Amino acid sequence: MSVLLVLEQGLNGLQFGVMLFLMAAGLTLVFGIMNLVNLAHGSLYMIGAYLAATFFGWTGSFLLAVALSLLATLVVGIVVELTALRTLYERDHLDQVLATFGLILFFNELIAILWGRAALYTGVPPALAGYIELLPRLRYPTYRAAVILVGLAVALLLYVVVARTRLGMLIRAGASNRTMVGALGVNIRLLYTVVFGAGAALAGLAGLMAGPIYAVQPGMGEQILIQVFVVIVIGGIGSIHGALVGAILVGMVDTLGRAFLRPVLSTVITPTAADAAGPALASILIYVLMAAVLFFRPQGLFPPRG
Amino acid sequence: MGRRPRAVVVVAGLLLLALVPPVAAALAQPFYVDLFRRMMIFAIAALSLDLILGYGGMVSFGHAAYLGIGAYAVGILGFHGIESGLIQWPVAILASALTALVIGAISIRTSGVYFIMITLAFAQMLYYLGISLETYGGDNGMPLRTRSQFGPIDLRNPYAFYYLVLALLVLFLLLGARFVNARFGMVIRAAKSNEPRARAIGFSPYGYRLTAFVIAGGMCGLAGALLANQTEYLTPDFMHWTRSGEIMFMVILGGIGTLFGPVIGAVVLLLLEDVLSAFTAHWQIILGPFLVLVVLFAKRGLFGLVPDAGGRRG
Amino acid sequence: MAEPLLAIRGLAKRFGGLQATDGVDLDVVQGETHAIIGPNGAGKTTLIGQLAGDLRPDAGTMRFGGRDVTALDAPARSRLGLARSFQITSIFRDLTVLDNVALAVQAHAGHSFRFWRSARADHALRVPALAVLASVGLDGRADVLAGNLAHGEQRRLEIAMALATKPRLLLLDEPVAGMGLEESQRMVGFLGALKGGLTIVLVEHDMDVVFTLADRISVMVYGRILATGTPEEVRANAAVRKAYLGEDAAA
Repeated sequence: MSVLLVLEQGLNGLQFGVMLFLMAAGLTLVFGIMNLVNLAHGSLYMIGAYLAATFFGWTGSFLLAVALSLLATLVVGIVVELTALRTLYERDHLDQVLATFGLILFFNELIAILWGRAALYTGVPPALAGYIELLPRLRYPTYRAAVILVGLAVALLLYVVVARTRLGMLIRAGASNRTMVGALGVNIRLLYTVVFGAGAALAGLAGLMAGPIYAVQPGMGEQILIQVFVVIVIGGIGSIHGALVGAILVGMVDTLGRAFLRPVLSTVITPTAADAAGPALASILIYVLMAAVLFFRPQGLFPPRG
Repeated sequence: MGRRPRAVVVVAGLLLLALVPPVAAALAQPFYVDLFRRMMIFAIAALSLDLILGYGGMVSFGHAAYLGIGAYAVGILGFHGIESGLIQWPVAILASALTALVIGAISIRTSGVYFIMITLAFAQMLYYLGISLETYGGDNGMPLRTRSQFGPIDLRNPYAFYYLVLALLVLFLLLGARFVNARFGMVIRAAKSNEPRARAIGFSPYGYRLTAFVIAGGMCGLAGALLANQTEYLTPDFMHWTRSGEIMFMVILGGIGTLFGPVIGAVVLLLLEDVLSAFTAHWQIILGPFLVLVVLFAKRGLFGLVPDAGGRRG
Repeated sequence: MAEPLLAIRGLAKRFGGLQATDGVDLDVVQGETHAIIGPNGAGKTTLIGQLAGDLRPDAGTMRFGGRDVTALDAPARSRLGLARSFQITSIFRDLTVLDNVALAVQAHAGHSFRFWRSARADHALRVPALAVLASVGLDGRADVLAGNLAHGEQRRLEIAMALATKPRLLLLDEPVAGMGLEESQRMVGFLGALKGGLTIVLVEHDMDVVFTLADRISVMVYGRILATGTPEEVRANAAVRKAYLGEDAAA
């Protein structure tokens, strides 16, 4: 277990973390502002991945595929918001959970009808293929490095928007007191649509970046969604800052756990036992982390309402 | 329908269920015994969820986890040669109840969205755990070598098994009805109705909610044991969160907070799935929007449409 | 003098930039009816929240019946004999009137881990509940869903629920809020009849009600108690007149 290996896995953890952050930021914003539990957030991720792969196949241009799929996902998100989700804002969480669950079933099946159930092949775009040399003897896939950079850039962008712009002020105000923002005469409907659209775009971005790394198949959204829930619960629902901290934490713990738990365990228990226990424990590590955080802080690490 | 229409519907429904085997035999369609038995097993699972969801207001989106634990208890014990139902089934209930205790102890300290997400996350954790159990089939699952042995009651006899499940369903309906109207149930319902008020008069809801959660978990665990026997195969998919969503859908469709509603919901939903899947492999594309419509426009559910004894609906 | 039933020392609570409770000292003597008045924003609601156990003070102590209850939550305080009614009606709307009060009785009748016997058929709960309902004039409405009651009836139900817990101290947050003249007078009459036997802390805006019922009044302004005394003393207090009553003299 060399230092280089640890560093490489650490970078993988960071890469997974930023993808989780992109998803978590959108979801937590939507919950914080609109008090909407949206299980179909994962579907937007899935749509982003499928559209990116398809557009790339049609146009051959990675940049074009990125732009088109982002736009298309944004449009899908806004259409869903205007039609199905508007009615849910006034409903209780149970209704929202069930209705968005219905949307998940619909989208998963729609994708299966259009693209089939088998995983879709998405290659790394040629411009980002290959490796970069971060340190002597540490080569890291260019694509993954790009994902990390994009993710961090978006995090910075979000910080600037939320902390320094009027829109961001409305978002922060809305997160801590929704009714007041409405009472101040702000066009709530428009704010909601903008926020939801932003969340959809973020999910679409995560999805389109996910293609070359993770399996693109129906149901992929829910797989990551549960992990996004863990991120948000740990970070504090409604807090973007919390989402970032939670995402990096979860990304690191999960990746490093899967890579190193078995070898670490086999130093203390027999290798065969470690072979059995290692993967099992690694797969539940982030949930144990969530339970531990909740035990001490049931509201998460950075709850926005304090 | 008289002064107690709901009671009439319940009795009629149970009688119809009791008549399925002889009717199926007369029509030479044994498939129906199988189908309705499956419906009743899910009815028990849905009923257990209604206790905490409909009466307690606890939106547990990970309830299928207990279905899986119960099934795996039977499967794992059977794998190691313990085939007696008298050991398997109590273990299934106990294992589920204990898991519910741990999950509930952490989750019930939260509420609202946190609770939903946390129960979902823990259930999915169990799903992943199930997948990682290579000895027991990993994500392919494993077959059940033989149905649980009960001495004189042979579960390989489809009719005996059917009536056993029906008897359990009736038992749980009775127990559930007593729970929700007893002092215990009233605390749960009060806490759901208005938690600050419940606290102001002196109730600390946590202990009661946790107890209800554990009871519901144990009940669903037994449903899991039954399901394993029914399908004679068990996979981690029993615990998948979409299964939790399905069970929740049964509760809503049938009538939340009514105990018998979930039974109706289970029957209707599984019938719907059966009919739709005959038309197209992509039946979920119809089911998804159907669910959305039910939630938006028919939240009281089917049984909720039947007026109850006071003439009140829903 | 015997120790007061309720003794508050140095209570403080801050919300962000606002010091809602700023070092409150208050004594409530057993058997008295003590009103807390003050202009809007004086911090009365925050004070009630801390008295009831919904809010944790940042500093200060609270003693009830000789015990330090500062760290106890609302259910624990209720079990010690501190009952409250809410400013905005808070009842179990989807349960019957009788259920509502029976639950209050049940909360003080041992644990509720009973799973078999129907609570609605339980005489140990029904009989005392009906008695309390009769005392507020709601026994004829026992089987109505609480959400279907008229506003004034719901306020009476609030009081009934508080009384059903056999409290030592009754914390009433604007009991006549939203009531018409006749109903208010009936409520005041009812509360007046409770005086002496029960200690009452009353937050109210309606000055007629306050001066009719209160043995002593505390005036709250900007999170502090400005003055405490009998109604006559408070009426005559110059600082109070200036800060509060003076604005209302024309009203």
